[in-house]
Amino acid sequence: MIYSLLVLSSPVSGHGSRHAVDFAKAVLARGHTLRRVFFLDAGTLTSSASSALPQDEEAQIANWIALAEEKNIELAICITSALRFGMLDAAEATRHECAAATINPAFIISGLGDLVDACNGVDRLVTFGG
Amino acid sequence: MSNTDKPSLLVIIRRSPYDSSLARSAVDTALASAALDQSLDVLFLGEGVLQLLPGQDSVDAGLKNIGRLLSSFPLYGIERVYVDAHAVTRHGVDLEQAPIPVCALQAAQIHTLMEEHTHLLGF
Repeated sequence: MIYSLLVLSSPVSGHGSRHAVDFAKAVLARGHTLRRVFFLDAGTLTSSASSALPQDEEAQIANWIALAEEKNIELAICITSALRFGMLDAAEATRHECAAATINPAFIISGLGDLVDACNGVDRLVTFGG
Repeated sequence: MSNTDKPSLLVIIRRSPYDSSLARSAVDTALASAALDQSLDVLFLGEGVLQLLPGQDSVDAGLKNIGRLLSSFPLYGIERVYVDAHAVTRHGVDLEQAPIPVCALQAAQIHTLMEEHTHLLGF
């Protein structure tokens, strides 16, 4: 089967973000295809390169980066939400005259069109959070 | 379904209009999808029916008026908008005065509506 995931959950609230990354790994482990993971609303905070959690709490971002780098999974964050939540790549930081980029480069800034595209041609679109 | 078929989306809105940024994200997703010629319907469930309250004024809240955004649905070709009849009664929303024409559904009809769509996007 071909899957796409939509992540609405903040990585620091509730279980949605952890379930999403575990689900993504399980999809691949069972030989299915993961077309794209789209992060919207508070889900865009998942891409933060500047979060520093206490040592006894697990940061999800390392798991996501591994999926992007080792499995070539596209991690797309919605630009409208990203800007609202302060998640900027270098180009957006320059454009909006903000001090620094805040997203990890494993994530790419994209638009809602990529969510629509992620729905096309997939068997399942699974939403986490909301 | 075969994954080559064109999907039909049901955008499910469960957030009251100014409670959470998800309310706005849901409406934005519906509008963007429609602008890209994606076939979609919209369903307001639970507290989401409060988005249909007439005469919303969000100026003092510093937020965009969701009621006004909803009134642009027909311009984007979003014609099929459904609402949870039970929640409408519970929250006392006057659908005659809602920003857009909607069709009220009972629980069993909501179930059928969900089954008719290939993809559900729940906010």
